[in-house]
Amino acid sequence: MQALVKDLRDKTEKIKLGGGEKARNLHTSRGKLLPRERIDRLLDPGSPFLEFSQFAAYNLYGKEEVPAGGIISGIGRVSGVECVIVANDATVKGGTYYPVTVKKHLRAQEIAQQNHLPCIYLVDSGGANLPRQADVFPDRDHFGRIFFNQARLSSEGIAQIAVVMGSCTAGGAYVPAMADESIIVRKQGTIFLGGPPLVKAATGEEVSAEDLGGADLHCRKSGVTDHYALDDDHALHLARKAVRNLNYKKHIDVTVEPSEPPLFPAEELYGIVGENLKRNFDVREVIARIVDGSKFDEFKAFYGDTLVTGFSRIFGYPVGIIGNNGVLFSESAKKGSHFIELCCQRNIPLIFLQNITGFMVGREYEAGGIAKDGAKMVTAVACANVPKITVIIGGSYGAGNYGMCGRAYSPRFLYMWPNSRISVMGGEQAATVLATITKDQRIREGKEFTAEQEVAMKEPIIKRFEEEGNPFFSSARLWDDGIIDPADTRLVLGLSLSAALNSPIQRTKFGVFRM
Amino acid sequence: TSGSVRCASVARIEKVLIANRGEIACRVMRTARKMGVRSVAVYSDADRHAMHVAMADEAYNIGPAPSQQSYLSMEKVLDVAKRSGAQAVHPGYGFLSENTEFAEQCKQEGIIFIGPPSSAIRDMGIKSTSKHIMSAAGVPIIGGYHGEDQSDETLQAEAAKIGYPVMIKAVRGGGGKGMRIALSEAEFHEQLESARREARKSFNDDVMLVEKFVENPRHVEVQVFGDQHGNAVYLFERDCSVQRRHQKIIEEAPGPGISPEVRQKLGEAAVRAAKAVNYVGAGTVEFIMDAQHNFYFMEMNTRLQVEHPVSEMITGTDLVEWQLRVAAGEPLPLTQEQMVLSGHSFEARIYAEDPNNDFLPGAGPLLHLSTPEGDEVTRIETGVREGDEVSVHYDPMIAKLVVWGEDRAAALKKLRYCLRQYNIVGLNTNIDFLLNLSGHPEFEAGNVHTSFIPLHYEQLFPAPAAPSKEVLCQAALGLLLRETLHTQAFTASSNDPFSPFGLSSGRRLNVLFNRTMTLQLGENKMKLLVTYNPDGSYTMKTGGEVFHVSGELQQEGKTTFLRCSVNGTMSRPKLVILDNTVHLFSMEGSAEVSVPVPKYLAGISVSGAQAGAVAPMTGTIEKVLVKAGDAVKKGDPLMVMIAMKMEHTIRAPKAGVIKKVLFREGSQANRHAALVELEEEEAEAGEAAST
Repeated sequence: MQALVKDLRDKTEKIKLGGGEKARNLHTSRGKLLPRERIDRLLDPGSPFLEFSQFAAYNLYGKEEVPAGGIISGIGRVSGVECVIVANDATVKGGTYYPVTVKKHLRAQEIAQQNHLPCIYLVDSGGANLPRQADVFPDRDHFGRIFFNQARLSSEGIAQIAVVMGSCTAGGAYVPAMADESIIVRKQGTIFLGGPPLVKAATGEEVSAEDLGGADLHCRKSGVTDHYALDDDHALHLARKAVRNLNYKKHIDVTVEPSEPPLFPAEELYGIVGENLKRNFDVREVIARIVDGSKFDEFKAFYGDTLVTGFSRIFGYPVGIIGNNGVLFSESAKKGSHFIELCCQRNIPLIFLQNITGFMVGREYEAGGIAKDGAKMVTAVACANVPKITVIIGGSYGAGNYGMCGRAYSPRFLYMWPNSRISVMGGEQAATVLATITKDQRIREGKEFTAEQEVAMKEPIIKRFEEEGNPFFSSARLWDDGIIDPADTRLVLGLSLSAALNSPIQRTKFGVFRM
Repeated sequence: TSGSVRCASVARIEKVLIANRGEIACRVMRTARKMGVRSVAVYSDADRHAMHVAMADEAYNIGPAPSQQSYLSMEKVLDVAKRSGAQAVHPGYGFLSENTEFAEQCKQEGIIFIGPPSSAIRDMGIKSTSKHIMSAAGVPIIGGYHGEDQSDETLQAEAAKIGYPVMIKAVRGGGGKGMRIALSEAEFHEQLESARREARKSFNDDVMLVEKFVENPRHVEVQVFGDQHGNAVYLFERDCSVQRRHQKIIEEAPGPGISPEVRQKLGEAAVRAAKAVNYVGAGTVEFIMDAQHNFYFMEMNTRLQVEHPVSEMITGTDLVEWQLRVAAGEPLPLTQEQMVLSGHSFEARIYAEDPNNDFLPGAGPLLHLSTPEGDEVTRIETGVREGDEVSVHYDPMIAKLVVWGEDRAAALKKLRYCLRQYNIVGLNTNIDFLLNLSGHPEFEAGNVHTSFIPLHYEQLFPAPAAPSKEVLCQAALGLLLRETLHTQAFTASSNDPFSPFGLSSGRRLNVLFNRTMTLQLGENKMKLLVTYNPDGSYTMKTGGEVFHVSGELQQEGKTTFLRCSVNGTMSRPKLVILDNTVHLFSMEGSAEVSVPVPKYLAGISVSGAQAGAVAPMTGTIEKVLVKAGDAVKKGDPLMVMIAMKMEHTIRAPKAGVIKKVLFREGSQANRHAALVELEEEEAEAGEAAST
């Protein structure tokens, strides 16, 4: 596991750089700060930043490297207010929007919407990536959705603040224009529906970018922007002031207690969990290294014990934890449903620690109604309105993924450990299933299916599942919100809970449970 | 017996008015309180919240800040004395302390003036009279000719009588003008002519006097005390040789290297001097002393001197108590035979002044003030507290640090130790200079004289050493820890007090948080790359060197200490952060590191050290040389202000256009107040080229 964590850090270190050295040098030579520096200086000094999807677009566009998807998003404290921050990285393909860039931007807005977090957009983008416009422009969850979201978020009282630190061309112009309050950097930020080349093509008018859509024009004449900044630092300072002027007060619907660290060091998780998913470990060992004082008040400890449920606190916030200790049986599923009902009744956020091969199969279990018991748990998870946060700490296979609040169940946040795997079933099982079907077919056709043929058939399937189940494959496509170091789990959960509690907890209305 | 007399007479002073301010007023009140005497303070408008007002049993306002209209107004002081029913007035030093008329008016009003009879003040106030009296009483005086016969022959003959070397001085002279030294008869004529020429040019008068010239003399003075029964004693000598701007700065008792025989001779001469004028109360007889320990009478100060505590420390007396007792008619508490000299004492005067700028007096707020702990052998004589202002209207002395030790070396060690703990932020002080001075080998050796500072100038004013990189790291750590403290305070006061967003851990996912801090050391800006380590420590890189830094803030009373480790070396300097500046005080010295004000805030900055178009100290705007709309070049004069009786020209810190003039002529500007709004010239060439 340590090797996996090191690999994760090394890869992140590279992604942190953003675009190539040349692009970075060009960027900084213009007196502009790099996007991560912008975020660092926007945040309250020294406060943590919960970054999302560092591996967006990782190995996704063939030879084209788009580190972090060309956009950095996360939650951090600005003037004491937790905000979603979205920053274009102009050193990556000029900050243009690839399909995953759009997806990451929309996901950040979704997080803002679900958790009622003000949004700050640090804009420095050339707009849609033209060669990929078909995958960026037309569909519901494409570029236009960004502005749809801005309008809707604003209508829900979620502040939209734009800081124009570079170009905002065409559609991009709507980010500051749709914002509640916008700031622009002189001789650096530009906003226009059509840039100078387009204007020349359309009307023959020759005009400089600054005259067409610079800070002076927009602050003095057009009124598209509200605040005039001398440089990046000044703009970020003004953004911090804008947040202070939101008159925002966080109200939390849960009790809090002084936080205490766990009794056991988080680094021990590396050894406890390991890299081999087939090796069993007790999820309580994981819980003990995440929760306050390693205190876990277990619920129904002796019943349905392949699912561990209980109450704890993380950074003083109450949580209900659901963790897997093996395959899900009917009892485990019913216990899980019961526990979810308890947490919803009591406004307690839910933490899912996923390490699940699935629900138990076999005649006995089908007869025992595993399907309807599984459905109960899936219903409970789907309907639960308390904040749900999922961490995939091992395998995430099949319907187990549903019952344990996979991406489709809209947890507020979903993180993966570097050792985890996600797929409809394990690679070997899938290969065996496919091999068995083929074998049966061959036998029906009276053909031979040798052991060698079986191996030759299974191997690429296993390989493919291995590749596609890998967390980097998942994260590249935004099936999760990021790959995290297991030792950081407590902090990441704490930050996520803190962010999630910005929105009032809605009462839960469950659907029909099949009894 | 004398005991019963004492009780009967002392009962007459039940309430004393202290016609002074600052440390001496506080000093007198302390003794008054000890003796059960009620104290009455007077104060000017500027001193409404001063320490001496707070300490007194009663306090009366006596007018506006300028001392002419307050502390020097005899009428007002006497009025308060009468109104408050004070039986006595203690004048302290300065102000009305050597004013014959005031002493007499007190007498007429039936109020005891705590000091000598007015006749003694008058006699000692006139130089020629005092010399005559002293000469007649057998006190050695410096030989000299002050006659009207100005012929070359007479002057030369007088010079020969006095004995070479001699000083030829213009009677109307001053500031060294019209003054020459003749080392021998051979050069007398030439020097005389030269002095005359200069005097004619400077003062239009070439009347000369001739005096014995003492090279590198020492300033030695004897504390004397007389009572109303004709007794007088001496409390040994003080050496006050080391001076700047003709003012004492460090004093000690007894005088170093003075033998018991010379000591006795000095003392007896001083007592003779006191008796010659029927002296009553505390007085000081000043002598100049040459390298052979010959001494000559200079003058007698008819008051309690600033440096009286060193004499108290070596004799175990309270001279203010003596003053009150003697004023009440009691005999002196001790006879000469009972007087014992014990140990050694130093006094260092802590001034608001800038030693690097010819000791230019300063004024301003004491934003931070922490002092060593006072005890039996350490006295902090002061009239100000943290938050008080050293006013432009009065003497800029902040405090006197008085220490006692078994011998001179022990006392000096103690003095230096305590000076290190005397930390002031808000204005320039002479503390670092006092440390250089008291640490000088020649001072340690006791080789003091009045030319000490000019003679050892190089060593006393070493080129300021840039703080080491380690100190830079400490300052950065101080800033980071304070940031953490602010965040904690904010988080704790919110209704989500345990949120990990309130941690100042700088945590990032899968990477460490780096941050560049820019710190300013004097003129230089240094960049420090700070990495936040997961264990709460920091790695700091600057100038190719790497430092591992960790630590915490420790609060002791009002003082904050920075307990820190830089590459394993532990230290615990005192930490003061005010405005944008970090001040570190440790036994190794003090350091000042500031955070440059961002460009976009510089226009409205109050600290504005680098903005420049700000008042260097509190003062009055004498002249405004620019108006709104004027274009100025860097260095162009903008205004002239008068502060501490000095003219200061305020110059443009950068080229630009005056947007607004914020003060008009005659108005008062506070220290660091922006004087003009200056709009910087547009678009630096580099910036334009890159866009």
